[in-house]
Amino acid sequence: MTAFAKLTRSELRVFLREPLAVFFGVAFPAILVVVLGSVPSFRRPDKDIGGLRVIDLYTTISIALTLGLLGLQLMPQILAGYRERGILRRLSTTPVHPALLLAAQLLTGLLTAVAAVVLLFAVARVGFTVPIPRQLLGFLVAFVLSAAALFALGLLVAAIAPTRSAASAIGIPLFFPVMFFAGLYAPRETMPSVINRIGDFTPLGAGEQAMHDAMIGSWPHAWALLVPVGYVLVCGTAAARLFRWE
Amino acid sequence: METVIECDHLRKRYRSTVAVDDVSFTVRRGEIFGILGPNGAGKTTTVECLSGLRTPDSGQLRVLGLDPRRDRQALRLRVGVQLQESQLQDKLRLGEALELFSSFYPRPADWRVLADELGLAGKLDTPFAKLSGGQKQRLSIALALVGDPEVAVLDELTTGLDPQARRDTWELIEQVRARGVTIVLVTHFMEEAERLCDRIAVIDSGRTVAIDTPAGLVARVEAEQRVRFRPSVPMRDELLTELPEVTSVAWHGPTVVVTGTGNLLHAVTSVLARNQIVALELRVEQASLDDAFVALTGRTIENGAEA
Repeated sequence: MTAFAKLTRSELRVFLREPLAVFFGVAFPAILVVVLGSVPSFRRPDKDIGGLRVIDLYTTISIALTLGLLGLQLMPQILAGYRERGILRRLSTTPVHPALLLAAQLLTGLLTAVAAVVLLFAVARVGFTVPIPRQLLGFLVAFVLSAAALFALGLLVAAIAPTRSAASAIGIPLFFPVMFFAGLYAPRETMPSVINRIGDFTPLGAGEQAMHDAMIGSWPHAWALLVPVGYVLVCGTAAARLFRWE
Repeated sequence: METVIECDHLRKRYRSTVAVDDVSFTVRRGEIFGILGPNGAGKTTTVECLSGLRTPDSGQLRVLGLDPRRDRQALRLRVGVQLQESQLQDKLRLGEALELFSSFYPRPADWRVLADELGLAGKLDTPFAKLSGGQKQRLSIALALVGDPEVAVLDELTTGLDPQARRDTWELIEQVRARGVTIVLVTHFMEEAERLCDRIAVIDSGRTVAIDTPAGLVARVEAEQRVRFRPSVPMRDELLTELPEVTSVAWHGPTVVVTGTGNLLHAVTSVLARNQIVALELRVEQASLDDAFVALTGRTIENGAEA
């Protein structure tokens, strides 16, 4: 096995041994869908939101929530903690560059998000007859780009936060507006259009829109895919320039 | 003997502070070379430059014939480094960490044998967070050795360990050297330097002030001796200060400390005997590495204060 595969395996192991992280990273979005789905009126089509059910909207919003939790809370704290505790420094004394550990951590995050989405769809489909995305390829593209945007943002937070607690002090205040525009507190469909216009520029406002479009069968709007790409480029470049290894 | 590390007029500053001003030494193959100095003397910066983690502002550095910055990849395969305060993921188990780090090297040491030698064989399934300070330190040494390096750099190896764990670690370092590994040991513990090192570079305020064997350093100040005792009856200082061997007499409560040269002990006990004074709790103190350090730098190592 290569060093990267070994590092990824070790990151996955360490992640799976943190019950809280597994709960919030993998299970929490599915639990949210179960909780919302247990409200009878959320299971009935509502003409105010285009004849969809609230539970349909919250399937993709829950995916956005997974990405927000992983990208803005778990990952920046883990990576800043790795720097604070000298783990990156220790790696830099070996033939392996510490960037490989960041890459392994990002891959672990992506695998976690995939697991959360698979669980979420299984629960939503079995419990509440939510269909799998009708435009599956479009959904996968939207999901991967949204994940990449959030992880790039998370990397940037980890790059500028000197400590684990600083990472949570930056990540958590970012989490709430990002989730607000993704529709976590009230779906986009119920928001004033000016809020949605602003939301279109946020990573999960756009990303959730793209995943939602694919859910109901259309290819995501170009704008909703370009915004996450923009975040990947800007935050990724800034993180790469600003990241300090010790 | 073959030289494995050459450090010549190393200089490194961070913004306005000069961490390393002028440090020079050479390390020979197979020795335990100590870098001794108070906190903030520039020891860690020196070994970070040797390990290719920092770029010196000026000076020549060769480690195993390599330039630590330019040939850092080649260097990392042959030099193992244990840094201060480097931890691991809390939930990573000891055996997993060793296996992971051994996979970074093309020809690693057998990590199971290494764990056994370091007394960690029973801890392979223990998560990092559950290891004791001594076990973490031994794991850190194991990770520095798992690539089967020719040179091991160990920074503040025993800081934070209890005395027993410290002695165990010293034994371990001697075993590692016995396998032919050259060791650079950074420390501010005199006892550690005296016990382990073949040669020591004393560093103070970013400069090398002396390089010698521990005995050689002590010999530089050994001309001075001290005799300490509690006289059985009151006595006048003049009895002692009149002796040609005595340079000074000082009282600490009921105890007198006589400093001097030559055959000081004989001179003092003779004069006491002639005056029917018994020397209670008599002790002869010879110069230690501590004294050598004070003589070289003008301060004690523990608090860095002026002596």
